[in-house]
Formats: sequence, structure tokens, C-alpha cells
Amino acid sequence: MKVSYFPGCTLKNKARDLDEYARKAAEALGVTLEEIDNWQCCGGVFTTANDEIATKLSSVRALKAAADKEQPLVTVCSACHNVIKQTNHAMQQNSSFSTAVNNYMGEEPYKGETEVYHYLELLRDLVGYDAVKAKVVKPLKGLKVAAYYGCLLLRPHAAMQMDDPENPQIMEDLFRALGAEPVVYARRNECCGGYITMESPEFAKAKSMDIIANAKAAGADMLVTACPLCRYNLLKTGTDMPVVYITELLAEALGVKENADD
Amino acid sequence: MINKTKNLQQEMTRISGVNPRKCMKCGKCSATCPAYDEMEYHPHQFVSMVENGDIEPLLDSQSLYRCLTCFACVDRCPRGVEPAKLIEAVRLVAIRRQGANHMTANDVPDMLNEDLPQQAIVSAFRKYTK
Ligand code: SF4
Ligand code: SF4
Repeated sequence: MKVSYFPGCTLKNKARDLDEYARKAAEALGVTLEEIDNWQCCGGVFTTANDEIATKLSSVRALKAAADKEQPLVTVCSACHNVIKQTNHAMQQNSSFSTAVNNYMGEEPYKGETEVYHYLELLRDLVGYDAVKAKVVKPLKGLKVAAYYGCLLLRPHAAMQMDDPENPQIMEDLFRALGAEPVVYARRNECCGGYITMESPEFAKAKSMDIIANAKAAGADMLVTACPLCRYNLLKTGTDMPVVYITELLAEALGVKENADD
Repeated sequence: MINKTKNLQQEMTRISGVNPRKCMKCGKCSATCPAYDEMEYHPHQFVSMVENGDIEPLLDSQSLYRCLTCFACVDRCPRGVEPAKLIEAVRLVAIRRQGANHMTANDVPDMLNEDLPQQAIVSAFRKYTK
């Protein structure tokens, strides 16, 4: 299976692991991530304003590139996924927005036809967790893994449609498929502080420490995320709790972690 | 003055698509907001102050830059008011004014460190700068 892939700027830089392991693990599962040509940064956060057009064009162009290849569009960074899915939702739901956007597109308009999948959804819905499980060569036996969803994967639910935003299972089910033991804790879908770390690192630290303390109390050995900024904020607390990307955990269980590029 | 307030209200409604009159004043948005302690005006107050035309204090408040865009208030409001969209609209009205950017490129180098992901920088720029 071939899918269009939007890596995003952080995965080309500070979060190379997230990208490399995503590609290797996908190959091991029979999926090729085809990086779309000339993609541009998604902007990191979706602007909910109806009259913001230019800031959403990079997402629309990525969506159109996937539509032209008749492929679903896959992202692994939580932020890119959030921005692109919310933009697609707006293209489908808001006709005045979609008209304004299409003024900047080529002759063929884009109307929201591309299906957007987060990497987790690719695993669950297109590959299937049973097929993932069948490919596991190093089951993560005895490892107590706490999913950290944060905000971007699940909300706003109307656009994201990934899982129940208050009681998600998509990561926990993946951990089970990999042979690990999921740890459920209350703060797994609360915010780490996000970009506020630029202006107010102390504020982000307080938010992230609450999350780590909560996961620790629930017995977690490690936190797992799909978001470079979540990982940064969690690690900046100085915690001794490992914080790893979903793709690293997956690559490890599939036995392809070692041959990932630097 | 009254006209100016009306214009601002209309502008914010147009940008956000939010109807503040749907709010039933339950306070759930503020109760769930991770930035609550850092805010002078809380999400439910943005809703009621825009509704009441008490807008200038919001435009001047640092609360505009404390929202984390976590969408908790959007998903958890029992009335579908979507307060974060209104906060976004107030922030845009403030920073779209010439010279009113909350962060400039010159501010960034002092905030950098070796591990900081690009995502943090582009996100902050999108929220704070026009
Ligand atoms: S949660 Fe919704 S209804 Fe309740 S105070 Fe906030 S905006 Fe109003
Ligand atoms: S989106 Fe902003 S205002 Fe709403 S809960 Fe999150 S931080 Fe608070």
C-alpha cells in the first residue's frame, strides 16, 4: 500500500526519530510513505478564524497533492495532523471559506475529498492492529506504557474524529498489540503547555509536571507521544521518566529500530 | 462609542462564528482551562464580556496570549459555544492592528535552546504575530 505523507518541519529537524522510525515501521508493515513534493510548514496551530485564508493554504495544497494521486494523506506529528484535518474539515463544511481558498488554487478546485489519517489511524484502520501484532518480533513484555495524547490528537472532536476525546483507546490498543501493558491515567488528554514554553517556560513546566506525576502514580514506566512539543515540554521538567515517540516503540517491537538512519 | 462597540462585536462574531448568547453561564470552560491560573479574564468571561460589549479590557489583556489552543473548552462546553474561537477572534482583532504584534522575530533568539522544536516557534508566531 502506498500513501501520501506529510512529514512537517519539525520531523525534518529536531524530531528526526519520529520520522525515520515512522518510515521504517511502515515499510515493515507493507506501507510506503510517499513524501509529497514541495510541502510547506503547516504553521503548527490551526487558526479557527473564518477569515484566515493564507495561513491554511499550505495544508490545502498538501491535501490537493494527495487528491491528485488518489491517496490518503498521512501525518505523524500531532500538530501537522491537527492543522491539516481541521483545514480539511473547514473545506468540507464552510463553503465561503472553501471558495476563498480555491481562488488561490489551480483550475481544479479542492473540495475536501482527501482522507486524512494520523499514523495511529493508518495502523488501526488501514493496516489493522491484528496485522501489526502478527509482525511483532520483540513483544514489549512487562513494559507499562502510558499514552500521552495531549490536546492535538483528539480535539476538536468534530474535525478530528479519531477516537472518543474523553476516553481514547487508540494508543492503548496499539500498546496491547505490541505486547506492552497500557497504563490509563486521568491527565493523558490534558495540555502540556504547548508553545507557551517560548514565553513562559515555568508555566509549561507546571502543566507538564502534573501530567508526569499523574502517570507515575498510575505505575507507568514510560510516556509515549506523537508530538515533538509535548515530548520537549515533558522532558524539560527534568523528569527521569522516559518519553518516547510512538514510532520508536513500534519500530522496537517490529525489530526495525536498529537499522533506522540517524 | 456605542457604534464602535457594536462594530467590534460584529467583527468578532464574523471572525469566530461564535454566538455568545448561547452561553448558559455554567463556567465549565473556565473550570477545564489549563491556563486558568494565568489568566486575568477566563474563557467564560470572554464570552460574557463580548456579549455585553465590554471589549476594550479584553483587547488590552495579556490573557489573550495565555490561551494554549488546547480546545478543551471547545469540546467540553455543554452548549457548543466554543469559547476558544472567540478568544482567537479577540486576539486577532488586537494583533491585526499595525504594530501590535505580541512577538517579533527579534524576540526569538533569546528564547531558543538546543532542544526547542521548530513546532514551538512556528506555533507561537501563528498565535502572536500577524
Ligand atoms: S462552558 Fe459553554 S455554556 Fe458554560 S460558561 Fe463556558 S461558554 Fe458558557
Ligand atoms: S483553548 Fe484556550 S481558553 Fe480554551 S481551555 Fe484551552 S487554553 Fe483555555
